[in-house]
Amino acid sequence: MKKNFFTEEYDVVVIGAGHAGIEAALASARIGCKTLLTTLSLENIAMMPCNPSIGGPAKGHLVREIDALGGQMGIAADRTCIQFRTLNVSKGIAVRALRAQADKKIYQAVMKEVVENTDNLDVKQVLIEKILVEDGRAAGVSTETGEIFRAKAVILASGTYLNGRIIIGETIYEGGPNGQRAAIKLSQSLIELGVRLMRFKTGTPARVDGRTVDFPKMELQSGDEPPQCFSFMTEEPVRNAVSCYLTYTNERTHEILRRNLHRAPMANGVIEGVGPRYCPSIESKIIRFPDKERHQLFLEPEGLRTQEYYVQGMSTSMPMDVQIEFLHTIPGLERAKIMRPGYAIEYDCLDPLQLKPTLEFKTIGGLFSAGQSNGTSGYEEAAAQGLMAGINAAMLVKGGEPLVLRRSEAYIGVLIDDLVTKGTNEPYRMMTARAEYRLLLRQDNADMRLTEHGRRVRLVDDARWEKFRSKKAEIEAASKILLETKLTPSAEINQRLQSIGIEEIKSSMPLSELFRRAGVRYEQLRKIFELPPISEESARQLETNFFYEGYIRKQSEEALKAERLEEKMIPEGIDYDEIINLRAEAREKLKEIRPRSIGQAGRISGVSPADVSVLIVFLERRRRLNE
Amino acid sequence: MKQDETIAAISTAAGEGGIGIIRLSGRTALEVGDNIFRSMSGRRLTDVEDRKMILGHVIDGSARSIDEAMAVVMRSPRSYTCEDVAEFHCHGGSTVMRRVLRRALEAGARLAERGEFTKRAFLNGRLDLSQAQAVLDIIQSKTEAALEIAERRLTGADEIKSLRRRIVEADAHIEAVIDFPEDDLEGVELERIDRTVEEVIAAIDKMLATEHSGRIMREGLRTAIIGKPNVGKSSLLNYLLRAERAIVTDVPGTTRDSIEEFADIDGVPLHIIDTAGIRASSDEVERLGIERAREHARQAELILALIDGSRSLTSEDEEIFSMIEGRSAIVLLTKSDLPRLASIEGKNFIPISIKSGDGIERLKELIRERAGVPRELNMIRDAREAEALRRAKKHLVEARATIRLNVGIDFVSIDLRSALAALGEITGENVSDAVIDEIFSKFCIGK
Repeated sequence: MKKNFFTEEYDVVVIGAGHAGIEAALASARIGCKTLLTTLSLENIAMMPCNPSIGGPAKGHLVREIDALGGQMGIAADRTCIQFRTLNVSKGIAVRALRAQADKKIYQAVMKEVVENTDNLDVKQVLIEKILVEDGRAAGVSTETGEIFRAKAVILASGTYLNGRIIIGETIYEGGPNGQRAAIKLSQSLIELGVRLMRFKTGTPARVDGRTVDFPKMELQSGDEPPQCFSFMTEEPVRNAVSCYLTYTNERTHEILRRNLHRAPMANGVIEGVGPRYCPSIESKIIRFPDKERHQLFLEPEGLRTQEYYVQGMSTSMPMDVQIEFLHTIPGLERAKIMRPGYAIEYDCLDPLQLKPTLEFKTIGGLFSAGQSNGTSGYEEAAAQGLMAGINAAMLVKGGEPLVLRRSEAYIGVLIDDLVTKGTNEPYRMMTARAEYRLLLRQDNADMRLTEHGRRVRLVDDARWEKFRSKKAEIEAASKILLETKLTPSAEINQRLQSIGIEEIKSSMPLSELFRRAGVRYEQLRKIFELPPISEESARQLETNFFYEGYIRKQSEEALKAERLEEKMIPEGIDYDEIINLRAEAREKLKEIRPRSIGQAGRISGVSPADVSVLIVFLERRRRLNE
Repeated sequence: MKQDETIAAISTAAGEGGIGIIRLSGRTALEVGDNIFRSMSGRRLTDVEDRKMILGHVIDGSARSIDEAMAVVMRSPRSYTCEDVAEFHCHGGSTVMRRVLRRALEAGARLAERGEFTKRAFLNGRLDLSQAQAVLDIIQSKTEAALEIAERRLTGADEIKSLRRRIVEADAHIEAVIDFPEDDLEGVELERIDRTVEEVIAAIDKMLATEHSGRIMREGLRTAIIGKPNVGKSSLLNYLLRAERAIVTDVPGTTRDSIEEFADIDGVPLHIIDTAGIRASSDEVERLGIERAREHARQAELILALIDGSRSLTSEDEEIFSMIEGRSAIVLLTKSDLPRLASIEGKNFIPISIKSGDGIERLKELIRERAGVPRELNMIRDAREAEALRRAKKHLVEARATIRLNVGIDFVSIDLRSALAALGEITGENVSDAVIDEIFSKFCIGK
């Protein structure tokens, strides 16, 4: 019989040290809470079990937002990434996105170093079996080996480990990613607490030995020069050290897959979980798009000191013999040796509709949840939620205002609002298509949008705060001058303009108007007008603000309209059965989701504008009755 | 007082009273009102003192008069909604009212939700607590009525859905390319999207033109009431006008054409020609009867030919029959409450009696049929839909301009999404969900 014993008391305990857990623990500790970060294995802090890359459209935006709020991911990525590319350059300023290849091992080492050297933060290798709840509130956790850690708040960041099951063809075993243990008892503990679980699956491709790859048969993909970086704080230039390679499947590959479909766990019923539509296995691709003659595969190095290459696009749960057979049909991979097999993983995650926008459980005070255990996928999505859960757990402990970001403020706001308002029926991935105000949510202005919030919760340190303030001040000062300096058409002015390659003006205008013309740069104008020197980053931002002013204004106005509804809060204890004028469907949905604001209520499917009106009038009546 | 965005609606119920009121409420109510109104005295609405009626005209986009109207403004907080309010008290029947409302929407107001004025009045403290439940009931009952109508809808919805579908497809392609830049997707051809958008705009134009059967609903179905003297033209006219209880008085000296009148038959506006002629009691006018009738029949889109059923047919009646040969006409055998003496062979007719109400329903049905307007079309829903269509069109036009600007496909997508949001108000679909589903069903994603 195991002896349970009280070990230590914390403000916040975090279960899991993946991308969500790290950000949660760092945020909580930095804000000043005594924090414990627990993991199944200290070797696997910040592990990237899937692709070796960070960023991309919407995901790169998330990384910049995490950074602007004082999170760690952007800084760690800049320090450890080995190839950088900016995507969507010509598609529009708002969707430009940085994507980088990480050195997985170095990324882990850097993150481990950071968490081990953060004040107020303990890091322990333990297997959490149970979340302790007293009087409806989280009170701590107990471990496999009997330790009890008491805490004022607990953050669940257990990723895909909950009741994990690995599937490689006919080979099936309990476990987490990369041969890790699964957290079986914790899943049971959640069910006992009344938490509703869902079953999702995801998959990953094989890693091949670089020494057995015929790279000249593939297309080379190099990084951008000069490379951009994620963090607003990175001063040292980042650099490109590796290349990626592109190759394609062919009819022979597809033929082998088709011939073996009856052995595919996703097709023969072995896998019950719901997989993501945006990251299908190679076998689902040939089933769903039978007419496509070939599919892209990218070979991405897993790091500088390894021969492992990740075969992006070839995610599979086929049996090993099939994996080897079809791999060898691919140009450049004819002789390739698999170092790690591709596999599918099925896991429990919780239905995020059970969470508040702060990521705290509605029914269990002090218990938060973040990351893949909330039904999302992706390192960036996990980190973003971890950061917010960490901040809000700390706010709960310290008695501060929670931080809930709006959809018009951050992709993080869109992500969490979607999860807690609409829920998800597949692993949720952030996409720019999910954001309605994406012109406002650019990578370049993440600091302008969020650093003040980060400072308010005391996560943004003085160095970042000073840097932000001076950037903001110089943009504002320069903008003011540009707006106030009036140009009147005269031979002299036009001559000056022409001297720097700008077409003449025909009517009076403020100097700022010149930025409406494509390609006009601040530095250019500084040659002939008296303008203060500002950083290149500030100049780009200012040019963007003026060039896209019309579009930006339109979205800001829409956002403002929506914001008025966000400000109308719904009291927590409201009894929807009292509102007889709601339609039945709306009432049921409102009872389940219990929206925080009128704005959120309006986004629930099944709640009509008239139901929202009814709700508004009811709340006003309630308010006056209480007066 | 923090004022909300400006809303507008016809605030008198159809068929009640001779004056119709279009009400605007919100932050820019006075400015919007001022944009669509020219006072006789030249004073701006924004300068007029509260609660003072001023005479003028509601004007269309080219400053032509739509209707003579009295305007009154009430500034916040001393109004029904406690916001700035501008009201136009118009003479015209529902057709004119709709035109005035549309002008207000064009000038920047948004069509009010059901019960929204009352809702604002309550939220702003104008109505007291005891009235709260009544406000909730109003919102609920109006919504239920609207839902019922929506369920009974017959036309338009499928077409709007298919237009929306085309925009979803175009937008999903752009967004797939943006969200999955490294996937092996076909590039976006803006020329193709431009063509699609152009076609959808043309289709919307067509729908707007046939909105409520188009011009008919805007200007009324040009209708002539013809028949020999004393056949009952005047009674029928008065009945039709009374049925709508629209204005029946023509004030001399106004700009309205005093010989025209509008009647609303279950949502179909009739523009009745020569009401003055019909009403005239002087012998001289009646003497001209047959010549006038011929002239009117020539101009009309619908002829209501009246034959006195209580008398034998005369040569004048025969002339009436010859006038409607090959025309859209309804023959009415009047005074059906009296013994019938007229015998009409081989012609369709409706026996009708204004006195007893006999045949009236059948007549209304036939008028709707001739106007091509199904019975279930509802004025409020239709205005709402038309407004959403107009907004969708505006965004699509902007999308085409954006394509020409060449600032990146993302910006095109922003316009397309706004158009989708407007169309979604009609079809009830969510933009993001629709686009994301389309991306995954259409494109092989998964680098």
